[in-house]
Amino acid sequence: MSIFCLDFMKLNELNIEQATKGLREGDFTSVELTQACLDRISERNSEINAFITVTDKLALEEAGRADEMIKAGNVMPLTGVPFCVKDAICVEGVRSTGGAKILDNYIAPYDATVISKIRKQGAVLLGKTNCDAFGHGASNENSMYGPVRNPHNLKKVAGGSSGGSAAAVADHQCIFSIAEDTGGSIRQPAAFCGIAGIRPSYGRNSRYGIMPMASSFDTVGPMAKSVEDLALLMEVMAGHDVNDATTVPEDVGSYMDDVGKDIKGLRVGIPREYFELEGLDVEVKKIIEDKINILKNKGCEIIEVSLPHTKYAVPTYYILVPSEDSSNLGRLDAIRYGVQTEGLSLFDVYAKSRAVGFPEEVKRRIMVGTYALSAGYYEAYYKKAQKVRTKIIEDFDKVFENVDVLVTPTSPFPAFEIGEKSDDLLAMYLADIFVSPASVAGIPGLSVSAGNTKEGLPVGLQIIGPRLGEGVVLQVGNNIS
Amino acid sequence: MKLSIDGIDHIATMARLDLTDEEKAMYAEQLSAVLDYVGMLSEVDTSEVIETCQVTGLQDVVREDLVIESDELTRERLIEQFPHKVGKLLKVRAVFE
Repeated sequence: MSIFCLDFMKLNELNIEQATKGLREGDFTSVELTQACLDRISERNSEINAFITVTDKLALEEAGRADEMIKAGNVMPLTGVPFCVKDAICVEGVRSTGGAKILDNYIAPYDATVISKIRKQGAVLLGKTNCDAFGHGASNENSMYGPVRNPHNLKKVAGGSSGGSAAAVADHQCIFSIAEDTGGSIRQPAAFCGIAGIRPSYGRNSRYGIMPMASSFDTVGPMAKSVEDLALLMEVMAGHDVNDATTVPEDVGSYMDDVGKDIKGLRVGIPREYFELEGLDVEVKKIIEDKINILKNKGCEIIEVSLPHTKYAVPTYYILVPSEDSSNLGRLDAIRYGVQTEGLSLFDVYAKSRAVGFPEEVKRRIMVGTYALSAGYYEAYYKKAQKVRTKIIEDFDKVFENVDVLVTPTSPFPAFEIGEKSDDLLAMYLADIFVSPASVAGIPGLSVSAGNTKEGLPVGLQIIGPRLGEGVVLQVGNNIS
Repeated sequence: MKLSIDGIDHIATMARLDLTDEEKAMYAEQLSAVLDYVGMLSEVDTSEVIETCQVTGLQDVVREDLVIESDELTRERLIEQFPHKVGKLLKVRAVFE
């Protein structure tokens, strides 16, 4: 879209590319752009509930500084562009609750590495977005700050766990958002809200400063209004970090170049197990199949493939992740930081603070994980799941010998009603059925909007790539969105 | 497999969670359902399979054993977070009672 459309668009509706162009050419200032986003937030937050904390004063100060930078000709790709951050990611001097009351008063003492990279460019922080507490959920109903409503239909969930980030982008309360994906927490809400979001390969982006959920799964990625914007953000965010020993040393790709490439001749795998799933919504299936036809018409070779262990990804996930959760959340004892509840003994202080400060799902996962890691059950649950994880990785390794990417629906169904699945635990867990396999394997997955159902709800298309294949994933995504 | 209330009590104690009787009954049901569900992994033959502990393939990531002092502002921000403090020291309950 070129700049002449700006006359018809509100500033907060711009994507990064458009915002940057307008800022550089002096069509508007960062203060004006930031104010447009803040106005939208104040108009909509009581309904959508995308933000837990709005840093309006700080945002306008930062925007003023960005305008100075632009005036001085010191412009970087994100200078003056307003964004928001999932509340499970630390931002220096800003309240970071992770969606749980135990951290209701927690002020992060430093920026997460990815946030510091973005802020160094002069991007403007608008605030912290709502999420399922510590990333535990697929609907944002497990936030202790209330559910996020889907901007396309206020009766529906925004998805989870990064529901606030997805809704903020879709509702134009920001230009982009930074979120976290452990088992689908970027891709699934991106799909439900009709925006673009990428989970990078595990180890591609630093996890330093992210509230840890499952340390062998967690990734940090961007959510935005276009795939080009994601490519730009990935170039800024990715790379090795001395503060995260699991970041990989490989060079960061030229993702902006990749998105511009033609897709003719690329081999696109269609995993049978995803499309044969009982419970796959017919309308979703049709929309995705139409998109696959477009890929075919653009010269891609469409190859049906099999990932036989697909159905074991969710149960593998729901052993390994709660186990790592239960261990990671042990640090939240309300002794050094957080909201402490008084008790008669030290044990009492721990147990009461955690009882009051965690929502039901967090407690449930800690219980499952504690059980799975306990003596006598470790081999049967944790170790067994680690072995099945190997089988799932082998499935992907095998298909990526013959295809460049895999294309699937992001979710078997569009956004569901708030409350619809909250009483049915396993139905909620199965909402992640198409996103958890890539998480288990540690490979990249992108969700782009593929269209809307007749009811007007967005449908997401997922592109899965081989390890460190962010470039090809973004390339295909940009050609189909 | 059905978990008993005693079993739930034991897990909750290990996990440092103070649960009400209603929560215990609810989690007994729900954990049993989750464990039944994940039990489907026993269908997969993993007799010859090595478990995956990490996915990057990185090995022996080390750094110099150096003390890197944090700046004063970070230190102050950390101290400000203490729920109970005496001066700049964190005040905690007795560990041994």
